Amino acid sequence: MSNKILSKVSLITAYTICFCLSLTGPAMAQEPIKIGFVASITGGASFLGQPEKDTALMVQEWINKEGGVKGVPVQIIIEDSKSDPSQAVLATKKLIESDKVVAIIGSSTSGESMAMAPICEAAKIPMISMAAAMQIVTPADEYKRIVGTFESPRVQRPWIFKTPQTDTSAVEAIYAFMKKKGITKVGIVTVSDGFGSSGRNELKRMAPKYDINLVADEVYGPKDADMTAQLTKIKTSGAQAVINWSVGPTQVIVTKNWKALAMGMPLYQSHGFGSKQNIELAGGSAEGVIAPLGRLVAWNKLLTTHPQYKVLSRYATEYVKRTKAEVSTFGGHGYDAIYMTIDALKAVGPDKTKVRDFLENNIKNWPGTGGVFNMSAADHTGLDLNAFEMIQVEKGDWALAK
Amino acid sequence: MDLQSQIIQYLATGLTLGSIYAMVGLGFTIIYNATGIINLAQGEFVMFGGLIMVFFTTTLGLPLFVSFFITLALTTAIGMIYELLFIRHPSKKKAPMMTLLIITVAVSIFFRGIAMFIWGKDPYSLPHFSSAKPIIIGGAAILPQVFWILGLSLLAVILMNLFFNRTITGKAMSACSVNRLAASLVGIDASKMVLLSFALSATLGALAGASITPIALMEYDRGPMLALKGFCAAVLGGLGFGTGAVVAGFLLGLIESFTTGFISSGFKDATALIILILVLFIKPSGIFGSADVGKIKKI
Repeated sequence: MSNKILSKVSLITAYTICFCLSLTGPAMAQEPIKIGFVASITGGASFLGQPEKDTALMVQEWINKEGGVKGVPVQIIIEDSKSDPSQAVLATKKLIESDKVVAIIGSSTSGESMAMAPICEAAKIPMISMAAAMQIVTPADEYKRIVGTFESPRVQRPWIFKTPQTDTSAVEAIYAFMKKKGITKVGIVTVSDGFGSSGRNELKRMAPKYDINLVADEVYGPKDADMTAQLTKIKTSGAQAVINWSVGPTQVIVTKNWKALAMGMPLYQSHGFGSKQNIELAGGSAEGVIAPLGRLVAWNKLLTTHPQYKVLSRYATEYVKRTKAEVSTFGGHGYDAIYMTIDALKAVGPDKTKVRDFLENNIKNWPGTGGVFNMSAADHTGLDLNAFEMIQVEKGDWALAK
Repeated sequence: MDLQSQIIQYLATGLTLGSIYAMVGLGFTIIYNATGIINLAQGEFVMFGGLIMVFFTTTLGLPLFVSFFITLALTTAIGMIYELLFIRHPSKKKAPMMTLLIITVAVSIFFRGIAMFIWGKDPYSLPHFSSAKPIIIGGAAILPQVFWILGLSLLAVILMNLFFNRTITGKAMSACSVNRLAASLVGIDASKMVLLSFALSATLGALAGASITPIALMEYDRGPMLALKGFCAAVLGGLGFGTGAVVAGFLLGLIESFTTGFISSGFKDATALIILILVLFIKPSGIFGSADVGKIKKI
């Protein structure tokens, strides 16, 4: 009889203790808001992922020092995709299922982002990519519809956004500048990877819009050591200018080859050229090269009244101070993605659907490092050719092109 | 640009690329002859040649001439350490050829890891050995560095030829490649010859790497692609036949260059490999290899 009473008492005590603990639970440890961040920190695209990671760490500090999201701290969980799409997918799955993040930012390359997109769509979690290809945010059939024309897409994948300018805008910025200069015959040389082939498609697609005739269309591989043969072909084609579309050491090799061949026509590079390292490695042959770049590289040449000036000057000076490295537009894409997410969280709280709706409808005239963003249901990039400034290499430094 | 100038331009490009493939192919051949191994870390010697020279020239500021010879010496040392550490013991234990092949792949990855650790993933450049101003020959613009690359490669080939045909050590190495057992019976130290073969291959690779870097830059993972093309050159020329590898290397470079120029740049890698497959179909021992030599050599 006493055993029964004893066990009953201990049971009630146990329940009471559990009940009390459950009351103190939420008040004791504040669950931070978790944002997933996938980047190509190692591997071939580490020149993209490393600055993005450094930016994420820096921004996380800033946000939490300024009080987080309405007092709740923010935790950016960083995963390395090793520049590999399958690793990127695994990392995304882990962040969604295991860490239960409220949004996914990443990854650094178009190939990886396109692999991650279906996962995020199925999990109904907003994803902001730091890669540039139009196919990341545009559904396949819509992309197919516009591919022969120079229209912009009218339909976008509901859960997927991106912060880098689309290569279409970079192409249009170059062509608009060329039209002003009266250039009509252009030769293009592109690398055979995702970035290069997407650029090549856009170069071909947009040329008629600006009355440009592509008289030469050459390709090379990402590990090729010499492009003089391709450039020679362009030299003989009657082109008035040559456009190179690649990122990585091949950009520099093409620049050196261009100078060595004394081609007698200006060299335009893609928006992937925006790193001082390219000018140094080219050892003087980059003089005169023109490229459409985000304003981050030449922020100190802007007027202080420019809408992006405040964001750019803070990011550039703090990044350089913290990492002792040159500021990079790629890190800037990470910055924009994180701050858009934070603005959404501050406005609507950690609800995936509400964050997605905010990103689609409320990012208007939003100054970031990549440009002034205007997102909409038909445009999950939010930038056009005005996000670029035409920059020319002058005396080993960036200058506004004339 | 008229046809004649175009041809001269493509010729220059083709010979430049070709000399790199030739050096790598020759390196493959030397090691294969002495040991029967296909050294898949051959491309890494080229990479080290370029990056080590960058270190001495750019970081330490030594004059090009001095850095060049230090680079050759250091890379040769790397080749020798490679043989001593990773090849000698398994060879002694009569490891099957497949195992040794995998070991060379592992070493290739290992070397790349070391290079990435020391130099990072960035590409590096070197100043041109003489002038950076292109010379106009018949309407084509050719960099002086191209002449350095061609000159050094040809010098290396001539020296190798003299070594193998005119010196006792060289003849001893050739003897090892024909019949290792017989060679050791007449008093040739086979293991010394193996060490020497790795040393020579490393030197050739370093030469190629150092001379191409002013034009093509160098980074930690340039090795595998070069190894593939150089191996194609070695096989095309008849595996085991040094001069064949060199000629095939230049041929490969020219095919790539002219394909890019006159057919399509997208096809250039494919064309070289298709030609390789065709030649092997028709003559499996390679362009210059003889049928019985092909039979004696086993992989």
